[in-house]
Formats: sequence, C-alpha cells, structure tokens
Amino acid sequence: MDLTGKTLFVANRGEIAVRINRAAKALGMTVAQAHSEADAEMLAVKLADKAVCVGPAQATKSYLDAGRVVAAALEAGADAVHPGYGFLAENADFAAAVEAAGLIFVGPSPDTIRRMGDKVAARAAAKAAGVPTAPGSEGRLEGAAAAQAAAEAVGYPVMIKAAAGGGGRGIRVAETAEDLARLVPQAEAEARAAFGDGGLYLERLITDARHVEVQVLGDGTRAIHLWERECSLQRRRQKVWEEAPAACLDADTRDKLCASAVRLAETVGYRGAGTLEYLYDARTGDFHFLEMNTRIQVEHPVTEMVTGVDLIAEMIRIAFGEPLRIAQADVALSGHAIEVRVNAEDPANGFMPFPGVVGAMAVPEGVRFDTMLYEGYAIPPFYDSLLGKLIVHGETRAAALEKLRAAIAGMRLDGLKTTLPLHAALARDPDVIAGRTHTRWLEQWLETATIEAA
Amino acid sequence: MAAEIRSPLPGTFYRKPAPDQPAYVEDGAAVKKGDVIGLVEVMKSFHEVRADIDGANARFLVENEAPVMAGAVLVELD
Repeated sequence: MDLTGKTLFVANRGEIAVRINRAAKALGMTVAQAHSEADAEMLAVKLADKAVCVGPAQATKSYLDAGRVVAAALEAGADAVHPGYGFLAENADFAAAVEAAGLIFVGPSPDTIRRMGDKVAARAAAKAAGVPTAPGSEGRLEGAAAAQAAAEAVGYPVMIKAAAGGGGRGIRVAETAEDLARLVPQAEAEARAAFGDGGLYLERLITDARHVEVQVLGDGTRAIHLWERECSLQRRRQKVWEEAPAACLDADTRDKLCASAVRLAETVGYRGAGTLEYLYDARTGDFHFLEMNTRIQVEHPVTEMVTGVDLIAEMIRIAFGEPLRIAQADVALSGHAIEVRVNAEDPANGFMPFPGVVGAMAVPEGVRFDTMLYEGYAIPPFYDSLLGKLIVHGETRAAALEKLRAAIAGMRLDGLKTTLPLHAALARDPDVIAGRTHTRWLEQWLETATIEAA
Repeated sequence: MAAEIRSPLPGTFYRKPAPDQPAYVEDGAAVKKGDVIGLVEVMKSFHEVRADIDGANARFLVENEAPVMAGAVLVELD
C-alpha cells in the first residue's frame, strides 16, 4: 500500500510522538503534530511537517480535549489520527469522534475499545475465547452479600478491582471477610468518582507473580502474536524495565500463552496493535489473563528488536485498510532484548521529579534510544517523567545484560537527574541477573538498596 | 511589609486538595508557618507547599490549576 502524501496527525507528545513521526516519515507520509502551549519546542514538533497547538499546558485542556484534538486534525488536513499511548488512546468516544469527522483512527474500532476498556466485559470475552482468567467473580458484583459469596467461593486473599479501571489503578486487597465488608463501599465510591462507573469485580490475589504480556496485531479478521514480554520490575505498579522474550517461560507454556492471546484477539475481531496482559505463577506454571490494552505500549521496542517488525508502521498500514502482511510462521524470535525507562526522577532522592534543561548528550553506538531529548531542551514539568527508553539486543539474555551495563555507563545526559543509576544497580543485581524477580520484587529491593548518585 | 511564599518546584499549582473540596487557604485568610497553602504537581507527582512564615490577608497571585515556575511568588501576606 502506498501511503505517500497521506497526512498523519500525531495526537500525543514526548518520545512516542517522535517514534510515530519517524515511522510515518519512513512510510512517505506527511506528519502533522499536536502540541500544547508548553510543548511548542518539543522534538516531535521539530521533526513534523506542520504543528498545531491544541491548547494550554494542562493536559485536560489540550491533549485530553477530544473536541479540540479532532478540530486540530481537520485543520491540519489529516487523513488519519495516531493517538499514541495514554491521553485519549483508549477513549472510545474519541475514536468515534475521529471517525465521525471522516478521519481514520489508528487503532481498533470504538466498540472494541469500549468492550476491552470494561474489565468485566474483557474477562468475559477472555473466558469465552478459552483464555485462562484468575478465579474471581462472575460479572459485576451486585451488592455486599454477592461480594462476600464470590470471595468465599474464590478464597481469600482477593483483589477488589474497578470495572472501568486498569493499569493497576483502583485495586484493593482484602485478606478477610471483615476487610471485604469495609473495602467494597470505599472501592465503589472511589471508582464512581475516578471513572464515573462504580462497577466492581474481584479476583483471587496471586502473590509473587510475574507480569507477562503478549503483543498482537490484527486486521479485524485475522490476528497474529509477536511473542511475549516480561515486565515484572515495577514501582508503584508502573513498569520500569521490560524484556522480550520472558525468560521464565518454557517453550510449551510460551506457545500456549501466545496462542491464547491470538484466540482472544480473533474472537473480538481485533484491528491494530494490542497487548494482552497476564500474571504468570512460576511455581505452578499457570497464567491468568489480566486485561487488554487496545493501543501501542511504551515497551513495544523490545518486541521490535526480537522480531524485526516495525509495530508502528504495521498499525498505520492496517488502519488504512491493508490486510496483515505477516504470517504467524514468519514471526521468528531472535535473541533477547531489554528496555529500561529513563525517567526525569532522582532515584537517590525518593524519585523526586527533575524537569531540568538538557546539557551535552551522547548515546553509545549499537544501542537504541527512543527519546524526546535534544541538547538545550527544557523539559516541561506538566507531563509524565518519561524522557526516553534505552533498548539493547543480544544473542542471549546474558549478552543483552552485558550490553545494557556498557550502554548505561556510556550514556551522557548532562544537567539532568534520571533513573539511569537505578538501572545500573539493577543490571548488576544477582536476582535480576538470575531472573529471580516478581511484581513486588523491586519495591522490596528499594527498601534496602542504596543507589549511587549519577 | 508584604511577605511572600514562593513555589519550590515548577509545575501546576492547586489551591485545593481535590476539585470538590474547599481551598487550603481562602483569600484574605491568615496563614501560620507550616500550614499547607497548596499543591504543586510536577510530572504527575504532587508536592505540598507549606508556609515558611506567619502572615495575614493572603493574596494569591497564581490561580488554581495555573502553571508556575520554580521560585514564582504564589501568595503575598501582610
């Protein structure tokens, strides 16, 4: 498919806007970049063919204002809108507004976004597709008595989750029936305030599990997987370090996991790039579906490094109506990739945000650094702290770790405080090297670790 | 003589703990050293701003939810 001359509107900022700009340019497209008043100097604006201001610094009045973003895309003469991740990327009403304006939304249909965004409906879809889910309630909890009955059936401890939540938000743990009686009304009130939907469900708590996730691509009819990633190193339920493939899986489990993701994607007629998140219990070998993210993810580069597939380019092609170009048998897994998130936070000082000005900057040869930074750039304080992602690839996990240690040592980002010293310490840690981690490991490790200032 | 409280961080200034709650300090109110006078959100993390002096008749120079630079004067006091 020839996309030359088509205009893509990038409705996002930061490093992902840079990434989308580059992919679109490589496809011969014209790029129009959205930006807030605080982001006029960002790298994606400099790379784009044109830029449109979508409002003031505050995201709710700019990047999150669906009406303004759609109007800006029309003003820019766009054919399609790429939402990136975060902001409006998983907002079904936004996707519908883009389509109603006669533009292409680079992502799944509004109905799919809505269905998968309701975590209870997503669980039901997973069950219907034969994908294992954690033992939990059937559908939404209707009242305190139903919650007690469901928790008794599942067994304590249980997690109380918001149907409209996801991404680790709005989760409470109940160890006993007394906890449950106290927490359900709180959780309901909080979910109603945060999401406008007080619906709850519960799942058994699986402790010390590992976070694995499967990348899929679908064209609305057919779907393929691009193997899995592991993202168990998290702080406050936010991933800080991601790998592909998940070294904790044997070949048989990997095949079953990835096949289950394809079944679910095909069952819902998935279109575009998506990720199915699972918890993996290394002691039993069981995996359970958690939720589906109907967008590109921050950590997509590790999948690109081990498969050679440009996920952003493929999702744009699919959005313009091209059928999947890749057969499952052609998606080979090659070597091992690690990504570390370089955030503007000082790990030696409680992860205090550090929105500084970038001084001299250098990136070693032979590594990938997806970033929003350039020398002299003043990092705005109004958005999240992700500055970039350092990505390495090696023939084995050990080789990738070795490359990562050398790459971190060779990175130069003068004038900033970043999480690179955290990653330097992690890359030398015996548990990380041996893969003895789980989703609570990093927070426990941080309680005793000392991280040297950069 | 007028006294000032400055923002220790760049970011977005909030006068209320949550949108549906009253302001930490109403216009014209008195402030004691150590009182929380607002929040600054920097990169999605929230930091309390505390008064480093006593004063009366608070006059806010920065509106709720407005962007601020580090060192910007948030409030003047008598």
